[in-house]
Amino acid sequence: QPQAIASDSCCAGGGDGENEDLKQMLESSKDSAKLDAMKRIVGMIAKGKNASELFPAVVKNVASKNIEIKKLVYVYLMRYAEEQQDLALLSISTFQRALKDPNQLIRASALRVLSSIRVPIIVPIMMLAIKEASSDLSPYVRKNAAHAIQKLYSLDPEQKEMLIEVIEKLLKDRSTLVAGSVVMAFEEVCPDRIDLIHKNYRKLCNLLVDVEEWGQVVIIHMLTRYARTQFVSPWKTDDDVVEEYNENNFYESDGEQKEKDRNVKKTYTMDPDHRLLLRNTKPLLQSRNAAVVMAVAQLYWHLAPKSEAGIVSKSLVRLLRSNREVQYIVLQNIATMSIQRKGMFEPYLKSFYVRSTDPTMIKTLKLEILTNLANEANISTLLREFQTYVKSQDKQFAAATIQAIGRCATNITEVTDTCLNGLVCLLSNRDETVVAESVVVIKKLLQTQPAHHGEIIKHMAKLLDNITVPVARASILWLIGEYCERVPKIAPDVLRKTAKSFTNEDDLVKLQILNLGAKLYLTNSKQTKLLTQYVLNLGKYDQSYDIRDRTRFIRQLIVPNEKSGALSKYAKKIFLAQKPAPLLESPFKDRDHFQLGTLSHTLNSRATGYLELSDWPDVAPDPAVRNVEVAESVCCLEETRKCHLLVHYSFVDFTGLVIYYSIPLLACKLAGSHVLVPEL
Amino acid sequence: MIHSLFLINASGDIFLEKHWKSAVSRSVCDYFFEAQERASEAENVPPVIPTPHHCLLSVYRHKIFFVAVIQSEVPPLFVIEFLHRVVDTFQDYFGVCSEVMIKDNVVVVYEVLEEMLDNGFPLATESNILKELIKPPTILRTVVNTITGSTNVGDQLPTGQLSVVPWRRTGVKYTNNEAYFDVIEEIDAIIDKSGSTITAEIQGVIDACVKLTGMPDLTLSFMNPRLLDDVSFHPCVRFKRWESERILSFIPPDGNFRLLSYHVSAQNLVAIPVYVKHNISFRDSSSLGRFEITVGPKQTMGKTIEGVMVTSQMPKGVLNMSLTPSQGTHIFDPVTKLLSWDVGKINPQKLPSLKGSMNLQAGTSKPDENPTINLQFKIQQLAISGLKVNRLDMYGEKYKPFKGIKYMTKAGKFQVRT
Repeated sequence: QPQAIASDSCCAGGGDGENEDLKQMLESSKDSAKLDAMKRIVGMIAKGKNASELFPAVVKNVASKNIEIKKLVYVYLMRYAEEQQDLALLSISTFQRALKDPNQLIRASALRVLSSIRVPIIVPIMMLAIKEASSDLSPYVRKNAAHAIQKLYSLDPEQKEMLIEVIEKLLKDRSTLVAGSVVMAFEEVCPDRIDLIHKNYRKLCNLLVDVEEWGQVVIIHMLTRYARTQFVSPWKTDDDVVEEYNENNFYESDGEQKEKDRNVKKTYTMDPDHRLLLRNTKPLLQSRNAAVVMAVAQLYWHLAPKSEAGIVSKSLVRLLRSNREVQYIVLQNIATMSIQRKGMFEPYLKSFYVRSTDPTMIKTLKLEILTNLANEANISTLLREFQTYVKSQDKQFAAATIQAIGRCATNITEVTDTCLNGLVCLLSNRDETVVAESVVVIKKLLQTQPAHHGEIIKHMAKLLDNITVPVARASILWLIGEYCERVPKIAPDVLRKTAKSFTNEDDLVKLQILNLGAKLYLTNSKQTKLLTQYVLNLGKYDQSYDIRDRTRFIRQLIVPNEKSGALSKYAKKIFLAQKPAPLLESPFKDRDHFQLGTLSHTLNSRATGYLELSDWPDVAPDPAVRNVEVAESVCCLEETRKCHLLVHYSFVDFTGLVIYYSIPLLACKLAGSHVLVPEL
Repeated sequence: MIHSLFLINASGDIFLEKHWKSAVSRSVCDYFFEAQERASEAENVPPVIPTPHHCLLSVYRHKIFFVAVIQSEVPPLFVIEFLHRVVDTFQDYFGVCSEVMIKDNVVVVYEVLEEMLDNGFPLATESNILKELIKPPTILRTVVNTITGSTNVGDQLPTGQLSVVPWRRTGVKYTNNEAYFDVIEEIDAIIDKSGSTITAEIQGVIDACVKLTGMPDLTLSFMNPRLLDDVSFHPCVRFKRWESERILSFIPPDGNFRLLSYHVSAQNLVAIPVYVKHNISFRDSSSLGRFEITVGPKQTMGKTIEGVMVTSQMPKGVLNMSLTPSQGTHIFDPVTKLLSWDVGKINPQKLPSLKGSMNLQAGTSKPDENPTINLQFKIQQLAISGLKVNRLDMYGEKYKPFKGIKYMTKAGKFQVRT
């Protein structure tokens, strides 16, 4: 393509001719030439090439009659106005004129460009334009005004107070088109002004089903936060604990007061507004948009009574049929949920079985969930399934499975021995990663139950000759050192062998050889004194700081001399103390302090702009703040229109229903949802 | 919300960038390339990559990475779902979504992206609204435009944008009024070594192609709606009506759309229409292995199984395979170790089989695991769950439309462990 080559050369710096050409075309009197030029310029922008020097030539065309040229000029302006602020000012009056155009699309797009060009000097003009647009007759223009609020705020945060006024006004808007956008602006500009939501709460709940899907996501997230500040906790189990506690203190001096408390607790009834939110979001679980389903799921997780949260599982499992990326996020959230409330996903256990065609990250997440869901009843099926996974060609996944088996073994005591035997069998596997991972997991398991596993330790000592993975070697050495009294014949021999290979070992392994030496010196110095000293000498001249440091430390501690202080008396206690067993737990254990479905949850770290979910208040703030005067609840235009559809509908379906004309109208207003057919 | 978008092709070139706020330097993609290098295959690249100042969320489709740059907290699914919608829109506009297509239509792509997001927040994602704002390029239109000087850009706000039925445009006219519905079910299954089912589920969709004049109001009812356990709807479906009467009632979008996707309740036993007999063995001593598979029909309700395709990822140790199929063609790629066998139709009288030997790398021990067999197939005129559409009625318009229903069953993720 000649065009592409030409713009390439201009990028290389020798293409002034090319740009001259474009300038001439832009100045031609023919629209077709101008359009052609603009198209080529947009092509340059798309490729990331610098087209800023054409700015003066382009900006002249901002008032073009041809709508496509105009559109492309807008695209250009949004990209480069920030860099060429003075020249960009030339275009402002055109936009101001367009803001008064009778065509709503032109008004809206003028506002869009005006607010997108990021030139600080026009802040007052933008502010004025936003204010005017916020009372425009067209909801589409008002929607654009809501978007412009955020743009102005990021350009000049000083305008915050004025912008909040506009947000307040737009929040009252009854159009479904505006709702999502203004809530977005609210979240960005003044998320702490919860008081602005009160009066609009019920309206937002009722509009929700009819808002476009992206708006739904934003509104649901905002309402989740709102609800956590306004309603009391519906989680009864917590209350039960409190009640029991009260029971014990019943006959104490302030017993009467306590009893009152108890009565308050027992008569928990959900605030009707809280119920309204739960009821109106539930149908959205049927949405085709995964983000909406996830938003409702997190709302139920954070707000619904624990007995009701289960209804979201089915929909979340449905999302697992979707694209790889959607699966990834959904599985992460299920992983967090399944730790706290196993019951929610137990019926869907088989949906998390791994397929050989899944990408590795999906496989490991599924495995994580399967491990969380393991219990006495399903563990034997799961272990059989895991046996297939261990043999997988994907070795990274096979290693993860071994970890999972280890976790099941510690969590479910009935199967600990079975798992341990299984893992020992894996030690003769051909693949080194599998063997290494098994060694590491066996080490952890033996630590939790150090009873009588001499045989396994002996078996592992034999492995040391063949295995090369450092972590595995280190684990074996540590095990032998720790339980050296159980394998009194083998341990010194292992030290002898590793002393020979010391210089060729990895740092991790060297440290464990030193440890093994120290422990043997303390328990069996007759046989190992010389060996240990040899190892300590090797360590003393090692290249690594760490190892030299450790050597010095160990020597002072175990080899008594006049300088060694009081500590060496306790050397045995220090080295051979009972060590707490490592906990094998899920990496998703503490993720639930982030609101589910958020970026912060996925990253497991706070993203900028993350809004904390507050704890439930002990006492609910006054619910009357959400009351609105009756006059306001007049059916809005859209709703009425929909009701006509509906009435027409019922007319066709059940002949003779015309008399119900006004009933569905009212019903529609109350339910705020797609269709309500009056019951006969 | 969404700051910028970069499109990256398979060889790691950024071939399109679009910014909705201040431009972000394309060097931010270096973090993406790093992650890409670490992941051995494209589909292992994590969809969320944190960088010091931004976060990169990406989807991978049609061999293109769509990478969105995010600066602050946003639900990740929101971005991912939107990116998928972008791909769907491109596909809708240009027929295929490929690097060449996007480069050829870069101006339209840019205009569409401009309309889809404002300040990083979705503005218009409904395809019929977009198509009114920016008309899809056709050869005829290009010719007409060059002559008359008219443009591809609409100058009026699409009626859908303000309507309660944003998915449908007004003033639709057809001479032949027709409505077609395809009920397509997919069986996801894992079959174990001995042929017993480990897990099996049926997922279905109803795809519609509706070309009706005016504002038709349709209802679709099923003989056995109880089968549908979990459903998700196109926004046009009236939810309350489904809840109370189990009837789908809707004003359809114009053209092709997915009306419904559903899951068949787990209580119903899933009929598995095919079986695979396999005998794959590696021997420790010799460098030859045996390979033999036969595919046959099981519970097909008397229908023919067609479009059968068997694929299997062989272990790394397999150097080559010499196989003879009783029908169809087969290919073994010695680089990727992927065996695929295009079987075609299954004739129950003469079952298709693929037999032969494998050459293994000399000196290496035999692989731990036998390869998994993935199966694809199609069965026409059958919904394996037994779902049946009862009737389709139209209200609101006078004419008599032509109505058609088609059933089909396909393999979804159908795996046989060996």
